[in-house]
Amino acid sequence: MTTESTTRSYHYSEFHPRWYRPRVSVYWWLWQRHYLKFILREISSVFVAGFVVMTLFQLAALKGGPQAYADFVNSLASPIVIGLNVIAFLFVMFHTITWFNLAPSAMPVRLGGKRLPAFLVAAPSYVLWVAISVFVSWLILQ
Amino acid sequence: MQKQSNEAFFWVLFSAGGVVAALLIPVQLFLFGIAFPLGWLQAPTYDHLMSLVRMPLVRLYLFVLCSLSLFHWAHRFRYTLYDGLRVKHLNEVIFTLCYGGAVLGTILAGYLLWTIA
Repeated sequence: MTTESTTRSYHYSEFHPRWYRPRVSVYWWLWQRHYLKFILREISSVFVAGFVVMTLFQLAALKGGPQAYADFVNSLASPIVIGLNVIAFLFVMFHTITWFNLAPSAMPVRLGGKRLPAFLVAAPSYVLWVAISVFVSWLILQ
Repeated sequence: MQKQSNEAFFWVLFSAGGVVAALLIPVQLFLFGIAFPLGWLQAPTYDHLMSLVRMPLVRLYLFVLCSLSLFHWAHRFRYTLYDGLRVKHLNEVIFTLCYGGAVLGTILAGYLLWTIA
């Protein structure tokens, strides 16, 4: 009955074809430029989070008073931290550029029935970015 | 249905965070992480930074920057772990750690900015 039906469902044959399932490495994307670029873009988010952590430490130091803030500034001046921040900056720039360049694909703008060229859709983002960067620098550097 | 509407919500947080991070982080990271430590530019004084942080708009700016950037990270990092390392079976753990981290960071940012001055 039950046992019979279960035993019957298995058919072992000497000539059963073998599955063709080549093993794919977990890290296959490392060797293909486009997928590597995609993964690097995704990893940029780790440096975005790292920047937030740095900012939270900075706020805590500001809250702690002038001495605490001076200690924080000193710790940022260590060669290792500067090196990490240079890497983080490159990743964040990669995020910024890929994010702006995505806009034309995500949101095609049509004008008079024709699709605007991609660089014209992305351009306002870059203009806004430069304007905000100048303004923020002006606030901080005053 | 429920799951789908949640996904849309997290995606909006992700893309808003992406915009904020793209526009605001490079300049701040460049100044505080590279230009000031290397002495390329004169670093602002403690008093100047405190006068900035006392402004409500600056605090709101920093809060939005910290919070949305973290939710941006949570979304991307979650899918990088799922797809890049094929650990989809740890779905719930990764989800909790990523968004838990983002919520924790948001609360911390809110607390610091609320009590700083």
